[in-house]
Parts: sequence; C-alpha cells; structure tokens
Amino acid sequence: MENHFRRCVPARACQRVRALNAFLKDIYHDQEIIKAGKIPEQQVLGNKLYRPEMRGFNVPGDVYVHVAGIDIVKTDQDKFYVLEDNLRTPSGVSYMLENRKMMMRLFPELFARMPVAPVDHYTDVLLDDLRAVAPAGAPNPTVVVLTPGSYNSAYFEHAFLAQQMGVELVEGQDLLVTNDAVYMRTTRGPKRVDVIYRRVDDDFLDPQAFRADSIVGVPGLFAAYRAGKVTLANAIGTGVADDKSTYIYVPEMIRFYLGEEPIIANVPTYRLDRADDLKYVLDHLSELVVKEVQGSGGYGMLVGPASTTGQIADFRDRILHNPANYIAQPTLALSTCPTYCDAGIAPRHVDLRPYVLSGKTVTLVPGGLTRVALREGSLVVNSSQGGGTKDTWILEAGD
Amino acid sequence: MLSRSANNLYWMSRHIERAENTARLLDVTYRMSLLPYRVQESDQTWAEPWALPLVINGLASAYYERYPGPISSDNVLRFMVLEPANSSSLYSCIQAARENARTERGAITAEMYEDINTSWLEMRNQDYGRLHGSGVSAFFDWVKLRSHQFRGITFGTMLRDEAYSFIRLGTFVERADNTARLLDVKYHTLLPSAADVGGAVDYYQWSALLRSLSAFDAYRKVYRDLITPTKVTELLVLRQDVPRSLHACMNDIYDILKSLCDDSSIEAERLAGELHAQLHYGRTEQIIELGLHEYLMAFLEKLSKLTAEINHDFLVPVYSQKQVSA
Repeated sequence: MENHFRRCVPARACQRVRALNAFLKDIYHDQEIIKAGKIPEQQVLGNKLYRPEMRGFNVPGDVYVHVAGIDIVKTDQDKFYVLEDNLRTPSGVSYMLENRKMMMRLFPELFARMPVAPVDHYTDVLLDDLRAVAPAGAPNPTVVVLTPGSYNSAYFEHAFLAQQMGVELVEGQDLLVTNDAVYMRTTRGPKRVDVIYRRVDDDFLDPQAFRADSIVGVPGLFAAYRAGKVTLANAIGTGVADDKSTYIYVPEMIRFYLGEEPIIANVPTYRLDRADDLKYVLDHLSELVVKEVQGSGGYGMLVGPASTTGQIADFRDRILHNPANYIAQPTLALSTCPTYCDAGIAPRHVDLRPYVLSGKTVTLVPGGLTRVALREGSLVVNSSQGGGTKDTWILEAGD
Repeated sequence: MLSRSANNLYWMSRHIERAENTARLLDVTYRMSLLPYRVQESDQTWAEPWALPLVINGLASAYYERYPGPISSDNVLRFMVLEPANSSSLYSCIQAARENARTERGAITAEMYEDINTSWLEMRNQDYGRLHGSGVSAFFDWVKLRSHQFRGITFGTMLRDEAYSFIRLGTFVERADNTARLLDVKYHTLLPSAADVGGAVDYYQWSALLRSLSAFDAYRKVYRDLITPTKVTELLVLRQDVPRSLHACMNDIYDILKSLCDDSSIEAERLAGELHAQLHYGRTEQIIELGLHEYLMAFLEKLSKLTAEINHDFLVPVYSQKQVSA
C-alpha cells in the first residue's frame, strides 16, 4: 500500500467516526444539528432506524459506535472516496486477521523483507475499548460476545473474536435479566455481565422492547441498558447514521461538530426524493449505480453499465414506485488489484474496509479488509455476492 | 463455563454412547433372533426378539405408526439404524452428537471434531442395501469402533478442564442407563417352556447378553464356571472392575460430581453418593430377592432423578432469587 494512502486513511476514517459519533449523541439529545438547519428534521426523526427509545439516554463514555467499518475506494492515483459507513454490526474483521496469518505462513520471506505493520493486536484493542466503556462500578468488567447462534453466516467470526479476546460467546438464551442486571447462566451459577459486544441487530435484541417475535434476544435487556447496568456495543440506534440517505450529510457533520474540513470526499450522491435529481437519474440510469437507502450486502442495487435494458426498465419502475427509498451515484472506476483466478493472474476491482475502534480513544488498526469482486469487470465486492478478500499491508517506515 | 456449552458437550458424549449401546442392543437382538425359537401365542408378539429394541427404548408405538403390520427384522433395523425421524436411531444419535460438537468446536480439540465429523459423513452415506450387503454385525462393529475411537481421542487430547468433566459425565450417565436397560432385556425374553430354564436357549441368551456388554471373557475369568443369572447380575451390577457395570459407571459419575459440585449444587452430589453407596455396599442376594427387573427399574428411576438434578444445577439452571441479587 502506497505511503500516501498510509498517511491519509487513518486520519480520514477516524475523523469520520468522531463526527458520526457526535451526530448520534446530538440527535438523541438536543438535536442542535437539526436546529441549525444542517440536516432536515424528517431525515433524522422520520428515519425507520431512528430509535426514539434512545432519546435522552447517556451512553457510557458518549461512545455509540465502538466498532465502525468505513468502506473506501480508490479511483485514481491519489483520489479516495468513502463509499459508505457501517456503524451497526460491521463484520469481516476475522478475515483481516486470518488472511494475515495465512500470508505469513505462505510467504514468510516477504514479511522478512518488508516492514508490514502488524494487525494481530486488533482483538486486544477491542477488548480494551469494551472494558473502558463498562458501566461505572464494575472495576473488573466481564465482557461477552452475543451471537444470534451457530446458523448465522458470521458465526465463525463471532466465535473467533470471543476466543481471541478470551471471553464467553453467548446466545440470547444464555443471558437473563433480573432487577435490570444482566447475568449469564454458567455451571457455577449466575455470573454478572457488564459489557455486551453484540452481533445481533437492534430489532432482535430484546423481544420486550423491539420485535416481539425475536427468539435470539434477551427479554429485559433494553431496560437494563437504559438503567445503565450494562453496556451494549455498538449502541442501539446507530443505523440512522449509516443509512445511505444520511451519508450525504456526513461532510456537513464534520464541519458542524469538529470544526474541520472533511479530509476525504463523499461520492457525489443524487437523492431521488428531489425532483431534479430524480429526473437526472432516470435519464442516466445506464451510467449510474442506484442503491436502496437501507440496503446492505450488495442486494437491492443496480449497476447501470453492467445491466441489460430489461433490468434497467425494471429498476426504473421500482424507483418510481418509491423514489425516496433510493440514492444514485456515478459508477466509479474502482481501482484493481492483481488477483489469482481461473485464467491466471488478472485485474479485479477492490475496495477497502478499515476498522475504527472507539473506547477511551479512537484508533485504527493499520490494515483492513480488502474486498475483491472476483467476477471479471464486476464492481460488487460483497461476500454475499461472491466477493473474495485479500490481506492488506500497511508499510511502517520510509516515506 | 456457560451452561449451554456444558449441556452441548454432555449431550455430545451421551449421543455417542447411546449410539454405541444401541448398536450393542441391536447386535444382541440379532444374535438372539438366529435361535430356532419362536413365540407360539399370538398375544405375546411383544416378546419376539425384534420387538425388544422397541420395547426397551419405549419406541413401540412410534414404530407401529411408521411400519404398520407385523414386526419384521428389516423394518426394525431400518427404524433403529437409519430413520431420521426416530431420535434414538443410530443416524439421529450420530447427527446430534456431531451437531453438538460443531456448536462447541472451540471447546473441544480439532482431532475430536474431525473424528466425529467423519463418523457423521460416513453415517450419512449409509443405506439399507449396503448395510445388509456387508452384514449388520459388521456395521454394528463399525459404530462401536467409532465410539471407542472418539472416546480415545477425547481422553488422549483434551485439556482436563470443566468441559472434559461434562463430556465424561455424559458418557457414564448414558452408559449406566443403557447397561441397566440391556440387562433388563433378559426379563422380557420368554423361554419356550419352564423346562428350558438352564437349557441351551437360556444359555445362549445369557451369553449373548454378556457379549453385548463386552463382558463374556470377564465372566469366564472371574468365575470360571457355568453362566448363571445370579453371577451375571453380580458381574454387571455390583462388580466395579467391569467397565460397563452399574457400579463402575456410578464410581465415575460420583467422582466427577464431587469435583463439579459446590454449595449450590450439593443435591446432585448427594443423589449420586446415595446411588453409588447402594451399589458399593449392595449384595447379590438382595437383588435376586427383590427381583432383577424391579431392582433395575428402581435404579433407572433414581438415575433419572439424578440427571434431572444435573440439568437443574448445571445444564439448564433455574436460579433462586438469592443467587441473582447482587
């Protein structure tokens, strides 16, 4: 990875996460940014992912986004864009760690020649940050990882992180709440839990507070959280900030909360609830990428240049049915990386997801998950769409 | 450790042990069925050899639902070996054990997981034609071998931690239960007439039973005598040097619970101690006087009370208000 990248990415990603965190604190408290007219009230309060239940609640250390994954693409020698922010339960970090382990086993001589910054301490930093946000009065806090269970597609990662941190991997059924305190059921009786690194979505966390049909949640967990007896990481209600329609306001957030100029550009984005944007997009569908605002995993999107006229016509109908549900962006010429595939070594498009951890401080482990679109010419890197991953090196010395 | 993990590991080994013992039971049934003896009276069809595995496991009605009509060896084998809908079939036991192991992959060694996964992949590819083609006894030997091997790998590779204790506990609880049920088989088998007591058929049945518990040679070594019901009872209930006897199983269960129990789980240890003492200080004459069947039924009832207590204290705990008022 070039020096330029190394110099810029950490600062960029951290700046963004600091601003997003400040935004979340604000919208669940005084809503200064709305009062200042920087973002429409409807955009925040009318968002399905906004959680009114979180209003006025002070999360420990003011940290909402303990783990963030910022998707970055490179389109030119020095041109980087943030493609999107992942602030709910971003996954993939286990691939970053396992890829490195595999590369060091297969190519030890490369590591001897190059000053590759290590990433193995990621789980140490994560554990440290999680302990730092424990509720007051827990001098030696117990941290657990909460998983939906072994049938979840990311179960491997949940088990891996729990094992690396040396903490228990629990399911909803392992936890119980009494007098707003959370316990796990162990063979030595109930054990108090202070911090939950949860990999379960907001909706399914607590059948008493959110979706009543959730069988992977913990009844009473939200009440315990509101009572300040347990910390959830990430906090509840962060989805409103990584929504693809909120994305366009992030540069404004950086100016508003940090008083800084954004050091990384957003991809120019069209909002289809605006008449002029909608008209432009409909006229140029074959050139643009259109995404659902709350979509993820590469589903519900149209890549214009790679689509047939039939697909485009079909998508046009879906947009017209509910324009506010979509945003559009120019098709970026994503950078490529030499990739081993059936035909030998060939260029494939990539993006990079570094992980930003927030506890007492905001840190970025020098590496990340490089996602590869394995199909020739494809721009969709999501693993759920057949994407692959690569080890990513940040070189330490010698500018 | 988490109760759920302990529960998964406990059931992993129980399922493996159950598969082994079901294979043993089916094997002894198969051997008994080779005898030239048939039930005469129509109201005693339940005493047909092939009805035994169903009666003993309480599966008769489930079987008749699946296979209406007279009991046949083919259908019983299909039902007890390959039927996915029967949770006690060899297929279901191995599947469940592997599923438990998969969930607790981090708590067991890689060798253990690979072994149990291999067992499952081979079991999954089994069909009735192949089973019959290569001989059912050969298949039962394979099941026993897979169980021996998994136990050996566990013993040889695993850290002696709490997880290990729950795995061992599952093995011996299941084995005690199964040995008692296998012993009871003889109670359910009828002899053609009273004159046959002590005859060739009787001898063959007792020796098949001993063989199914790998205790035939032990019997010869210990008694150097004819096979008699009293001595078989002593060997398989009271002798602690026979590894599948009730006494041997309770030795292990009691030791493991002594190491696991604390103040809040003292009842499990007490129940195990009581059952252990009954075997440790028991006498064969008392058992014969009471009747072996009655004795075994009483044992199974106490064992089931103990397993309920193990569930309550460790595996699926229910907490008192006092325990969760920090």
